[in-house]
Amino acid sequence: MSIIENIERQQLRTGIPQFKAGDTVKVHFKVIEGSRHRVQVFQGIVIKRQGQGVRETFTVRKQSFGVGVERTFPVHSPKIEKIEVTAIGDVRRAKLYYLRQKVGKKARVREKQR
Amino acid sequence: MAGIIGKKVGMTQLFDDDGNVIAVTVVQAGPCPVTQVRTREKDGYEAVQLAFEECRDKHITKAELGHLKKAGLKHGLRHLVEFDDVGQLKVGDTVTVEAFEDGQAVSVAGVSKGKGFQGTIKRHHFGRGPETHGSHNIRQPGSIGASAYPSRVFKGVRMSGHMGAKRVTQQGLKIVRRDVENNLLLIKGSVPGAKNSVVVVKGR
Repeated sequence: MSIIENIERQQLRTGIPQFKAGDTVKVHFKVIEGSRHRVQVFQGIVIKRQGQGVRETFTVRKQSFGVGVERTFPVHSPKIEKIEVTAIGDVRRAKLYYLRQKVGKKARVREKQR
Repeated sequence: MAGIIGKKVGMTQLFDDDGNVIAVTVVQAGPCPVTQVRTREKDGYEAVQLAFEECRDKHITKAELGHLKKAGLKHGLRHLVEFDDVGQLKVGDTVTVEAFEDGQAVSVAGVSKGKGFQGTIKRHHFGRGPETHGSHNIRQPGSIGASAYPSRVFKGVRMSGHMGAKRVTQQGLKIVRRDVENNLLLIKGSVPGAKNSVVVVKGR
């Protein structure tokens, strides 16, 4: 095992749920304000996952007051308290960049039927 | 003040105590045995010579091998570097990453990546001419001197030429973490040189 792989493996988190592009997630993210910290929830559709190992990140997109907002989080960040998967999407792409061009009803992702 | 010779392994990222991502360069440093001590009486200056990276005896000259044998070493070492101001060391001592502290400010010197023959835009950050309206001056260097006076080109005018592959020292870096067991230094930010190139780390 290479030296860098070894360093990265030590930082991997366990207990991260399985999710992919198209899924709707709630990210509980710790925000530090001076000395105290609180938890912020960011809910939206995952539009991409990128990178490998500890460097992996995912981007969540949501509509906030009519404006599209995207946030990218490192999957293994210690700042993430919890990731909840609320819906599994049925999509045919790994990167859902086309959602940026859509608004309203068209900006939805079909849910997977079981 | 500490000094050590190392090898650039590559870059990765760490999460700090606040959970923020910091980019780090991994340097495999030492162990570096002291091979010679330069003294003011004998050599005219004070310095300590360190050696780094074991190799087979046939890969260094016999003169180098003899020099290492004299310092009591049994195998060949590829690199020798002299350090001034690293404190009291004597032949037989070994410098490891323990000579540094977490959070210590360091400077790192290495040979930068070679870029080959490059124009003035990449090499000296010149501006570019217009790309349209019939311009033939897209990446040209512009005027290098006037004709009537001085009717020559001054020495040192910045032009195209070979770029990179020279010694560069990056100052103001910080050691984020040490791994004493595996002889690793994790330095915040980037460090000159390609992977597997030799770098010299100096404490400040």
